[in-house]
Amino acid sequence: MPETVLKLKKVIVDFSGFKAINQLDFTVQPNNVHFVIGPNGAGKTTLLDVICGKTRATNGEILLQGQKELSKLSENQIVHQGISRKFQAPSIFANLTVEENLEIAMKQKKNLFSMIKAKWTNEEKNKLEEMLELIGLTEERDQEAGALAHGQKQWLEIAMVLMQEPEVVLLDEPIAGMSKKERDKTGALITKIAKDRAVLIVEHDMDFVKEYSDIVSVMHEGQLLYEGTMDQVQNDPTVREVYLGRKVE
Amino acid sequence: MQNTIYQKLWSQKIILSVIFLLLLLAPFFLSDFRLNLLGKFLAFAILAIGLDLLWGYTGVLSLGHGIFFGLGAYCMAMYLKLEANAGGLPDFMAWSGMSELPLIWLPFQYPIIAIALGIIIPAVVAFFLGYLTFRNRISGVYFTILSQALVLVVVTLFVGSQNLTGGTSGLTNFETLFGFSVNAASTQTAIYLITVLVLGVVFISCRKLVKGRFGRVLEGIRDGENRMRFLGYNPSSYKTFIYTLSAAIAGIAGMLFVLQVGIISPTMIGIIPSIEMVLWVALGGRGTIIGPVIGAVFVNAAKTGFSESYPEYWTYFLGLLFVLVVVFLPKGLTGLLDKWKDRRKKQDARDSVEVEKSYS
Repeated sequence: MPETVLKLKKVIVDFSGFKAINQLDFTVQPNNVHFVIGPNGAGKTTLLDVICGKTRATNGEILLQGQKELSKLSENQIVHQGISRKFQAPSIFANLTVEENLEIAMKQKKNLFSMIKAKWTNEEKNKLEEMLELIGLTEERDQEAGALAHGQKQWLEIAMVLMQEPEVVLLDEPIAGMSKKERDKTGALITKIAKDRAVLIVEHDMDFVKEYSDIVSVMHEGQLLYEGTMDQVQNDPTVREVYLGRKVE
Repeated sequence: MQNTIYQKLWSQKIILSVIFLLLLLAPFFLSDFRLNLLGKFLAFAILAIGLDLLWGYTGVLSLGHGIFFGLGAYCMAMYLKLEANAGGLPDFMAWSGMSELPLIWLPFQYPIIAIALGIIIPAVVAFFLGYLTFRNRISGVYFTILSQALVLVVVTLFVGSQNLTGGTSGLTNFETLFGFSVNAASTQTAIYLITVLVLGVVFISCRKLVKGRFGRVLEGIRDGENRMRFLGYNPSSYKTFIYTLSAAIAGIAGMLFVLQVGIISPTMIGIIPSIEMVLWVALGGRGTIIGPVIGAVFVNAAKTGFSESYPEYWTYFLGLLFVLVVVFLPKGLTGLLDKWKDRRKKQDARDSVEVEKSYS
C-alpha cells in the first residue's frame, strides 16, 4: 500500500445549515487516477473546493503527506504546497498567448519582488518546450489563448496545472463538451500525468470513468457511499439504489 | 519571424528616441508660452502612465488620482511658498491670525525634504488604503467608489483647514526656486527639460516593468484575479504595489505641475480632474505605455486649442470628442494604430500568397 498523499478527516462544509460535505473521511493515494462520481448535489465539486481552499471547511482536517494541515492556508499558499486545480469552465487567460499562459503558471517564486526580477532560465525553457509538446500546442505557442479550440483550451489549462509540478492534481469535469477524439487524447494525457502524481477527477461520463479509473469514489449527500474499482462500484447494490432510485423519481 | 520582431522593436525604439529628442529640442522652436503649456501636458502624461499601470494593466480603476497629484503638488507649493516669504509666515496664515509657522509646515523649509515628501506622502496614503481594501478583497466598482470617497474627504479637509492649506484659493504667488526666479524664462526652460527627463525615466522604467513576466502577471490579475490565486499568486500584494507606485508617480507629476503652472488649489485635484485623468488614459489607449502619454497630451492640447478658438463652445467639443472616441475607438488612439497595422499585415500576407501562386 503506497503512502497516502492527501487525507481528509471528518471534514464538514456547512453552507448556513446545509451540509454540502458531512463528516467526510477521504484519502488520495499517489500515482492513481481517482474519480469521484455521484448524483447532482452530492458534494463532488465542493470536495475539490475545500481541498484547494476555495471553500473553507467548517470543521475537520485536511492533511497533505500526513502532516501539513491545509485548511487554514490561503488559496495561493495551498498551491505552493503542491495542490493544483483545474476548474470546470476553461479559465485560461484569453488575452495572453499560449506560451505566456504557461509562463505565469510555471512553478517559481511568485511573490512580488522575485517576479519583478524573473527571467527565463534554461531549465524553465526546456520545461516549457516539453509541456507544449505534451499537449500538442507547439505550433500555437504565439497564438492568443482565446483563439484556441475548446479542446485545446482545456489542454492548455491542464498544462498550466502541470507547470506547477503539483503532487495532487484536481480536475473538474475535464472532458465536458469534448469530441470523441479530444476525449481519447485527454484520457491518454491523464493516464500519463498520473504516473508521477495523484489525480483526483470529478466526472459524470461513466464510460470515461470506466476506461481510465484506477479507483472510484461514489459520493452521496456529502458522504462517501462506496469506494472501489469501477467494476465493484457497478455491482454494488447501495450504489445502484442511489443512482437508479434517483432516476426513477 | 525572429528577425521581424527585432526589426519591430528596433523601429519602435527609433520612433520613441526621435520623439524624445524633439521634446528636448522644443525650447528652441516653441515660444515661452507654448513651452510652458507643453511642460504642463507632459506632467499630466507622467501621471497618466502611472494611472494606466493601475487601470490598463492591473484592472483597478481609481477615480481618485487627483488626490495623489495634489499631495505632491501641495508639498512642492508649500516649499515655494515658504521660500517666497523668506522664512516668514505665508500671507494667508497671517490673514487667518496665526503668528507662528504650524508644525506640519516646518519640514517644507528644506527643498530636499519637500521633494521627498511629495513622493512619499502620496505613496504612503495609497499603500494604506490599498493594503486595507485589496487584502479584504474589495475590488472592482467598490474600490472605485472608495477612491472617489477619498477625493471628497481630502478636498473637504483641504478646503476646511484654511489656515494650513490656503483653503479654496490654494497656494500661489511663488517667487523663487533654489534662489532662481520661478517665472523667469530660463528657469521655466530648465523645469521643462527636467519634466521631459522625468517623463523619459518613468516611461522607460514602466515599460521595462510591464514587458517582462511581471507584466503578464499584472494582466492575469486584471483578467482573472481568482484564477491567479489558484496559480499561487497573491493578487492583493501586486495590486497594493502598483497602486502605491502609481500614486508616487502622480505625486511627482503634481510637483512638476505646480512648478510650471504656479498655483495649486482644491478644485484642481478634486473629482472632476480625477475623472479627466482616467479619460486621458481611455482616449490614448489603455494597456500600453505610450497610449496614456498620447492621450494626456492630445486631450489637453485639444482643450487649450478649443478654448482659445471657440471660448464659448469648447466644452461641447471636448464632450463630443470623448463620446466619439468611446463609441468608435474603444481601445483608444493606439488601438486605431494597431488596427491599421493589422490590416497592413494581412495585406502583406495576401500579397505574399499571390506571389507564391504566381511562381507555381
